Amino acid sequence: MSLIAGFDARFPNQNQTKHCWQNYVDYFKCIKARGEDFPPCKQFFRAYHSLCPNDYISKWDTQREEGNFPVNLNP
Amino acid sequence: MCFLSNLIWLSSNLCSNDAAQPWQFGFQDGGSPSYEGIVELHDDIMFYLILILVGVAWMLMSTIRKFNWNHNQIVHKYLNHGTVLELIWTISPALVLIAIAFPSFKLLYLLDEVIDPVMTVKAIGNQWYWSYEYSDYLDQEGQSIEFDSYLVPESDLEIGDLRLLEVDNRVVVPVDTHIRFIVTARDVIHSFAVPSLGVKLDCIPGRLNQFSLVINREGVFYGQCSELCGVLHGFMPVVIEAVSLEQYLAWLSDQIPPYLTKEGYTPCIYLCITHLPSVC
Repeated sequence: MSLIAGFDARFPNQNQTKHCWQNYVDYFKCIKARGEDFPPCKQFFRAYHSLCPNDYISKWDTQREEGNFPVNLNP
Repeated sequence: MCFLSNLIWLSSNLCSNDAAQPWQFGFQDGGSPSYEGIVELHDDIMFYLILILVGVAWMLMSTIRKFNWNHNQIVHKYLNHGTVLELIWTISPALVLIAIAFPSFKLLYLLDEVIDPVMTVKAIGNQWYWSYEYSDYLDQEGQSIEFDSYLVPESDLEIGDLRLLEVDNRVVVPVDTHIRFIVTARDVIHSFAVPSLGVKLDCIPGRLNQFSLVINREGVFYGQCSELCGVLHGFMPVVIEAVSLEQYLAWLSDQIPPYLTKEGYTPCIYLCITHLPSVC
């Protein structure tokens, strides 16, 4: 398993904003659906950590905790 | 020093020019394939540029010489249409443009490719310093390596340091490794630029831009913010230090507290195994 975000054909461009965002959303959808220990979820975790600046992550974490994250993460 | 060594250059590569010099007109010495590509394109285009310059100058000079006030012969008084001439002066510039466009697009799309990076470094522009994050290396709590990089003020410079270019924390990266850089900004637009690595990319708040980088040789590469970002725009340099893989892993070990080790490995070995399996 790759430890960082490799090439993703959905995001072939210089602009990687959505690449980071999509992996963040996918990780939390994944763990809600399959649990934190489900190994494939880890790849999303590594990818969003690799791509997103830490202040983006903490901002979105706060939004999730406060319940105003703009995407429904439930399976 | 560098200037002198460049003069007697050609065989003895005494010192590479990886920072801007006073009164420098040429390029710095290259440290990456992107840089080599850019210089090659420049040289290709310069060939056509000289060709056009000579052609236009010759036509202009001969016109001035032949049709001046003293002997104006009005040879082509009744020439108002010349199909062959018009074909030549339409098609030949088109061919020149095509000859420039193809290598240019080829280089543009090659520089855009980030296929399979081994590691990611995030560079974030702030007013007026750079922050860097190495988030491939996480502990169980999700903490990663991050640090700010400020200009070293003139009063703190040591002999041999470059004024307005030295920083307190350099970006240390391994040579011959495919690195993805993610650049963005927190406040206004900045631009991450290192001339000797062929890198210049705008950092836009709310947007993550990427570029790939492979550094060919060890060295310290200097750059500066290249988008006017406020009053201290000229005082937020970028310094990339390319080191061997062993030195890089040693540097990482210094950055990462021991509790980050997993499965009984030292941080150095652990990172090597997990991130650069091909070399460990």
